[in-house]
Amino acid sequence: MEKNLALVLLLSPFVGFLFNIFFGKKVSRTVSGAIGTLTVVLSFLLSICFFSQLNQSGKPFEFSVFDWIQVSNFKLDFGILLDQLSLLWLLFVTGIGSLIHLYSISYMHDDENMHKFFAYLNLFVFFMITLVVGSNLLVMFIGWEGVGLCSYLLIGFWYKNQDYNDAAKKAFIMNRVGDLGFLIGMFIIGALFSTLNYAEIKTALAAGNADTALLGVAALCLFIGATGKSAQLPLYTWLPDAMAGPTPVSALIHAATMVTAGIFMVTRMNFVFDLTPDVQNIIAIVGALTALVAASIGLLQNDIKKVLAYSTVSQLGLMFLALGFGAYNVAVFHVITHAFFKACLFLGSGSVIHGLHGEQDMRNMGGLRKAMPITFWTMMISTLAIAGIFPFAGFWSKDEILMVAFEHNKVLYVIASIASIMTAFYMFRLMYLTFFREFRGTEEQKHHLHESPSLITIPLIILAVLAVIGGAINLPGSMWLTHFLEPILGKHEAHALGTHEFMLMGVALVGALVGILWANAKYIKQAFVPKSDAEITGFNKTIYDKYYVDEFYTFLIVKPINGLSNFFRTTLEPALGKVVFSFGSLANGLGTQGKKIQNGNIGLYLFVFVIGVCAIITYLFIAQ
Amino acid sequence: MDVTTILLLLLVGAVATFLAGDKLASKVALVFSLGTLGVSLSLLNQLLQGTDISFVGTWIDNPKVALAFKADGLAMAMVLLTTALTPLIVFSSFGNHFNNSKNFYALVLFMAFAMAGTFLAADGLLYYIFWELALIPIYFIALVWGNGDAEERKKAVLKFFIYTLGGSLFMLIAFAYLYSKAGSFLLEDLYNLDLSAGEESWIFLAFFLAYAIKIPIIPFHTWQAKVYQKAPTVGTMLLSGIMLKMGLYSVIRWQLPIAPHAAKEYMPILIGLSIAGVIYGSIVALRQKDLKKLLAYSSLAHVGLIAAGCYTLTLDGLSGAVAQMIAHGFVIVGLFFVAEIIYRRYETRTITDMGGIRTQTPKFTSMFMILVLASVALPGTYNFVGEFTVLYSLSQANLWFAVLGGTTIILGAYYMLKMFQNVMLGETNAKAFADVTSSEAITLVAIIAFLLFFGLYPKPITDLVEPTLKEILAVINK
Amino acid sequence: MNNILNQIGIENYIFLSVLLFCIGVFGVLYRRNAIIVFMSIEIMLNAVNLLFVAFSTYHQDSEGQVFVFFSMAVAAAEVAVGLAILVSVFRNLGSIDIDNLKNLKG
Repeated sequence: MEKNLALVLLLSPFVGFLFNIFFGKKVSRTVSGAIGTLTVVLSFLLSICFFSQLNQSGKPFEFSVFDWIQVSNFKLDFGILLDQLSLLWLLFVTGIGSLIHLYSISYMHDDENMHKFFAYLNLFVFFMITLVVGSNLLVMFIGWEGVGLCSYLLIGFWYKNQDYNDAAKKAFIMNRVGDLGFLIGMFIIGALFSTLNYAEIKTALAAGNADTALLGVAALCLFIGATGKSAQLPLYTWLPDAMAGPTPVSALIHAATMVTAGIFMVTRMNFVFDLTPDVQNIIAIVGALTALVAASIGLLQNDIKKVLAYSTVSQLGLMFLALGFGAYNVAVFHVITHAFFKACLFLGSGSVIHGLHGEQDMRNMGGLRKAMPITFWTMMISTLAIAGIFPFAGFWSKDEILMVAFEHNKVLYVIASIASIMTAFYMFRLMYLTFFREFRGTEEQKHHLHESPSLITIPLIILAVLAVIGGAINLPGSMWLTHFLEPILGKHEAHALGTHEFMLMGVALVGALVGILWANAKYIKQAFVPKSDAEITGFNKTIYDKYYVDEFYTFLIVKPINGLSNFFRTTLEPALGKVVFSFGSLANGLGTQGKKIQNGNIGLYLFVFVIGVCAIITYLFIAQ
Repeated sequence: MDVTTILLLLLVGAVATFLAGDKLASKVALVFSLGTLGVSLSLLNQLLQGTDISFVGTWIDNPKVALAFKADGLAMAMVLLTTALTPLIVFSSFGNHFNNSKNFYALVLFMAFAMAGTFLAADGLLYYIFWELALIPIYFIALVWGNGDAEERKKAVLKFFIYTLGGSLFMLIAFAYLYSKAGSFLLEDLYNLDLSAGEESWIFLAFFLAYAIKIPIIPFHTWQAKVYQKAPTVGTMLLSGIMLKMGLYSVIRWQLPIAPHAAKEYMPILIGLSIAGVIYGSIVALRQKDLKKLLAYSSLAHVGLIAAGCYTLTLDGLSGAVAQMIAHGFVIVGLFFVAEIIYRRYETRTITDMGGIRTQTPKFTSMFMILVLASVALPGTYNFVGEFTVLYSLSQANLWFAVLGGTTIILGAYYMLKMFQNVMLGETNAKAFADVTSSEAITLVAIIAFLLFFGLYPKPITDLVEPTLKEILAVINK
Repeated sequence: MNNILNQIGIENYIFLSVLLFCIGVFGVLYRRNAIIVFMSIEIMLNAVNLLFVAFSTYHQDSEGQVFVFFSMAVAAAEVAVGLAILVSVFRNLGSIDIDNLKNLKG
């Protein structure tokens, strides 16, 4: 029974995908959207059932569906594991997924390919569930690659625009760089433990006979996989470009769920990472640097979605910082709160873009507060949450990350704090430029300004509420989340709330306020509007152009490979061909020389023949 | 019933097709190829139930050549690949018109006969005869019914013919030497032969030349792209889908067990060369302007990985290689068919002349996309099973092999997606593009269904080939 | 062993045979007329036949004579084919001078 329910939970979105792919065109758009949404809602409801059951029994639920791949030293089955971690992820993946599906019914209603959009979204949810519920690394890898595929399909959803297609392709390929790391990590673990099943790896590790050097390599490779999917240095550049996709996609895939897969994986494999402190250090450093770099780029972006994209990268960096210190519970906490407010922010930005008929440049916005009150207030709440203002959800989770960082490494703490201040600044810059002061767009746009329909605002409101109260799941006093995850992550001693902690909270809060005031001074008091692209100069231009990282990659990797390809194609291939042909030429040359003997003079032939016979006879005589 | 039924049926089919006349030829060919598929499936069933379906008869007394056809799991898997792809290939050509179609389809069936014979033969000389026999039909198919400038085509096809024939001659010499030692060409006798290290090296190299050209492994691949480009699509499918696998299969069946010590000695070089082929093929594919040539180089990259798997001399490597052979056979046939479908409508193979097709053809786009994804080995397709197992076996040999071979998942995605983007996406093409006809769709759906089914449930094939591979490994490690 | 061989002696047969053979060879080498070349070849053949028979008698072994029958039969066939070729060459080229037959020049 449970087994079947779990399969329904997994396959329900897939059924939605099949329906929409095959029959989506035949039914009306609303029906197609409704079916897409309902299948995800069903998964959500089942997740709640399993969750409450797990809460009572405390026993994780694991079973194997069928045998899949067999290699010599172990067998890989398609196994499902529903434990605390996977159910937690399931809840917010399907929950937020449902909301975003609902939102998309309205948002995508005018698109002729809406049924495909829902098909892809459903497929994404299916793969995300697969990623989360797999009981071994290979099943996770199916989901891992599958969500990458859906990301590719959805970024390039408007396929007529080749720039979007380029962005989609870039996302897929950069993800695949990470995937190679994942694969190699999987191979090493498979070779070491003869299994890829989480529980079995854990048992084997507990027995304590692992080659730590090799284990370190494996952990590092897995982390490379995570940097690809979760957009960390140096593989983060695809995520901002991924904003080419429709906004609900950005919200669902590129902010709330898929990009957290890397964090999920590291948390899942916590027992491996715990044994490899060097790799943990690397994770922490990479996380902190990503947070800083992305936040600094976010300071000067003018595309509303790009700002949110860089803020996502930056927040993911903070989560990795926590992971690097072994504070998995803290990272998970931030994943969840971040999912709430970042989904809300993206959907809000979608509402704005929807209201302005596709305008994404904040220089052409402003003053939308009055026209779109619900969008404004929900986004404001989420902005306060992401900036880390008491008592919104982001305050609690970010504060815990900073606290952990302070405990372990002061330098990284400072970096993370700077990133947080920047976050507060650019998020309020976004709010001020979008919603405050006068409208800077065209008259026609102004004329059409309106609040979005309720299918768009309801998800916004729900998410905003969650962004307010989401912090409750792991308040310093109760620490419900931490306790809930104990079976997987082991015991973490709860912070006693001393003066020390209050002081850190205060510092974080002051930092956030500084960022907000700085934005207020610049964009409200001075009424500053960012300059047009051509006027940006100096270091600002460097930041505006994202430190030229893309250009650097193009120069360092893409160009050489393409150059090599051209060289191989135009020079080496023909040269190799010539070597083969040279054998033919050799034969030809011999023939040209040889044919001179063949002059057709029968008399000569006979003469040579007789001479030959004589020579042979003579030789035979001498030989005797 | 034994496996000779398959061969006879194909041969009779070839004759019947020839006699049926131009109008009926394609249908007769389809009927016979489907019949063969049915027969081989029922034979597979018998094999699984433990019936011996091998055939051993006498043929020539001096030199002692037996008419021996051995049907174990591995050989049956490859025969099934042949008999399953042949009807698909024949059926896919229904939208084309060929002059003298009776000759054409008779040659196709004759080629299937020769290839099935190669997979089944358990006697060195018999095997060699089938091996060379397969070359003759494809030579004429490519030469007579090919496309492009006739002079250039003649040059390319002749080069291919002489090159592969020349390589095979070394194999013949090796067989002659082995016969002088063993007094028989029978596979078992050759397996049991004790050769000195020096002898093994020479035998191994002679085999290697023949197979490296056929597979092809760089730098012996120069015939490939041009022939793929110039041959008619049916010929390209036969070549890439089945004929390449003859080389890979022979590595497993003949080269490794006969000269195991040499294989072990040269292992790093061989794997290195194969992986170099993976990277080289991928990089060259990046900037190809011709769709068929691009697919040819992608094929070069994939078979490189398969060859690397074979040369690891581990069970994982071999079974992964077999899985990948079958998967690649299907996917490459599908992709070449896609190229043909586009050619039927746009009469071009130049990628820059395409683009913006997607809007007009939702079904075709989806199927093409799935084939592209299968080609880049997305989990859930059979290609992934093969690639995963091969890469795992490489990682056991040396982690760097897996890293370098694994670049195929990055580079493969790069050139395939780039190709897909340039062919299908972008502003709607001004030229009309009719969506796939039902017969075209059937072919593609059959291929996709196969790849997805075994991608999720590869066990039947694994179980079929693994006992044979274990036997071969036992010979290698004796 | 009282036959004609004893009276004449094997050496003389050999001498005669070599002489005939040489005549044949020189005929082949120096004459331009294809028919004469042909006849010269016949002389050479018969020289060898003579030797065969002589040795056959000398060794008291009939195998040599059997061979001679063979070679005579083959020679007859060869003449038939060869003359036919020559006739058709003559029809085509109007001459049977072997210097004119240079179509095989490489």
